[in-house]
Amino acid sequence: MYRILLQIFRTGFVNEPAPAPDPDMLVLGHQLDAAARRRYGRSLAIRHVDSGSCNLCEQEINALHNPFYNLEGLGFHFVASPRHADLLLVTGPVSRNMEGALRDTYDAMPAPRLVVATGNCARDGGIFGCSYATIGGVDKVLPVDVYIPGCPPDPRTLMQGLLSAVREPGPQAVAEQG
Amino acid sequence: MHIEELQSIPGIERIGEAPPSWHALCDSEQYFEIATRVAERGGRLVALWAEDRSDREASFALHAAFANQAGLLWLELPLLADASAFPSLAAIFPAAVRMERSVHDLLGLRAENLDDTRPWLRHNAWPAEVFPLRRDFPMAQHYSGLPDNYSFIAVSGEGVHEVPVGPVHAGIIEPGHFRFQVVGEKVLRLEERQGFNHKGIEKHFAGMNLMQGARLVGRVSGDNNVGFALAYAQAVEGLTRTPVPMRAQWLRALLLERERVANHLGDLGALGNDAGLAFGLTQFGRLKELFLRTNAALFGHRYLLDQILPGGVASDLDAAGLARLRNEHETLRAALVPLKNIYDEHAGLQDRFMGTGRVEPALAARLGLMGVAGRASGQAWDLRVQYPAFPYTELDVNMATHRDGDVAARATVRFEEIDESLRLMDEMLTRMPDGEFVTPLLPAPAQAAGIGWVEGWRGEILVWLRSDAAGQVGRCHPHDPSWIIWPAVEYAILGNIIADFPLINKSFNLSYSGPDL
Repeated sequence: MYRILLQIFRTGFVNEPAPAPDPDMLVLGHQLDAAARRRYGRSLAIRHVDSGSCNLCEQEINALHNPFYNLEGLGFHFVASPRHADLLLVTGPVSRNMEGALRDTYDAMPAPRLVVATGNCARDGGIFGCSYATIGGVDKVLPVDVYIPGCPPDPRTLMQGLLSAVREPGPQAVAEQG
Repeated sequence: MHIEELQSIPGIERIGEAPPSWHALCDSEQYFEIATRVAERGGRLVALWAEDRSDREASFALHAAFANQAGLLWLELPLLADASAFPSLAAIFPAAVRMERSVHDLLGLRAENLDDTRPWLRHNAWPAEVFPLRRDFPMAQHYSGLPDNYSFIAVSGEGVHEVPVGPVHAGIIEPGHFRFQVVGEKVLRLEERQGFNHKGIEKHFAGMNLMQGARLVGRVSGDNNVGFALAYAQAVEGLTRTPVPMRAQWLRALLLERERVANHLGDLGALGNDAGLAFGLTQFGRLKELFLRTNAALFGHRYLLDQILPGGVASDLDAAGLARLRNEHETLRAALVPLKNIYDEHAGLQDRFMGTGRVEPALAARLGLMGVAGRASGQAWDLRVQYPAFPYTELDVNMATHRDGDVAARATVRFEEIDESLRLMDEMLTRMPDGEFVTPLLPAPAQAAGIGWVEGWRGEILVWLRSDAAGQVGRCHPHDPSWIIWPAVEYAILGNIIADFPLINKSFNLSYSGPDL
């Protein structure tokens, strides 16, 4: 026990400040009115679905929970069930074998709900494109609110994308919303 | 098989020096007979795949690669279009089952005497009568509204419940389906179903130029991209006979070890977390993040994606970078000591780790396991030791093996391999000569084959490639070690409680995207 406490004390606090939202990342956002944004901006339940990615996007999403990024410090957390979720974070080009599961997950989410397409594959199929095996982008299956580019997008870009979906842009708004 | 016995195979030819590799064309009888002998001598199946050869003759070819005492043996079995069945190796090598089912899904070639004729990669994306990897199937052809009637084997009895898990999982993880049969908490049977990630990668390769192919191969299984890129580069350099500069080869080994360390750090944190010690996730998460940031600063990408190319590497390492790495190795080595002590002596953690998810050595041998999972179950296979390619020929790699085959053993192997990789990388930094870090590829002959075989962080990666008439990629098969190891997870869970599945699964941390292709 003491060794754990000592190690925690030695490691210290390494949390870095969150990036500001980027208004250009938000494509559709009309589903959330101001009241919803005030709530979701401080407390967001995220459901992730891998629709066929190579797994690097998942590595970076998992990195959001390391002490540098500390996603939960923003009030954002990942949930096990889409029925508890406000936002659907999708990676991968949407393989045809995952289309059904992706749709089912979205359908199980209560409104208002947001969709964030994470990574180049989710945006337009990436290197896999549209083929017999892949549909070629999340927006061919679901309405997408935010596109986060990258192969994979690094954790700061991911945070920016999530913040852009639910917070007002502008530095003073970030400070106000905590 | 030793060299003398290999050399007695009719038509056998030596095709590679390091690692030592051999090739033989054979007929169905020889194919089965040689495979049997390989197993009898303690060899393993590495990979099995097939090829549409209708650009040359109206036929197919079935390929299988085996690991022997003498090295890698690649057998090629030509099949005629109207006689396209081949002998199943499932009774000799259990891992062949899914590979043979996939060969049928993609090319329509049938394995004789294979009991399990269910599709593996074909869910409902295409109908049973068409085969996407055949040349006459258009890449863009797609279907909708097809049924998906996959049957699982159920266990009957009083109080037996069937628990389906996935493809969407509770955590942030790749898609795959696990069908459990449980009584109370205890798992009686687990059946995996995969293929959810199938992206048609092998079909995408056809017609790509050799450098483009390197980008695709890195995205077969992203967290193993360095291993795949290296195996692909070996295959391409082999078939083009391009000599790679020494400095580039040392740098590539450095990148391979960096990938090993980064993934092992992440896994040790996740294993702590899955056993309730969130402290472990935080501590190892910090160490991995620092490591990834060094990757980005020195090599341009946190996961080293697209850094290994046929001909060399994408960028060089300067003196400042070298100093930074030496520093990092020392800091990391020291940082691991208190964490290992805490893990080893944390009663609650060890109670979860020890005895959980055990794969006995005898079972591991029967399944042909290698890699981290194999070594944790007493299977002493490590390509860097047994079949080293330069610069591993100059280094003395210490293999980490344990017999217990439980979660604790797979965690210990990771700790030991991180230490060993840090030691190896220090030596690489010392011995790396000056020189070029890349060289242009020589032109590829038509219809030439090349093989790369690399000890990735999970296990052995094999990349096989045949050039087409224009010297582009004709057929490439990138083979993830997870093909071989996934079946072991179905055994590892037996007798354990279902709540331990995330911990057991994470202790293997296999790729879903890799085998799904």
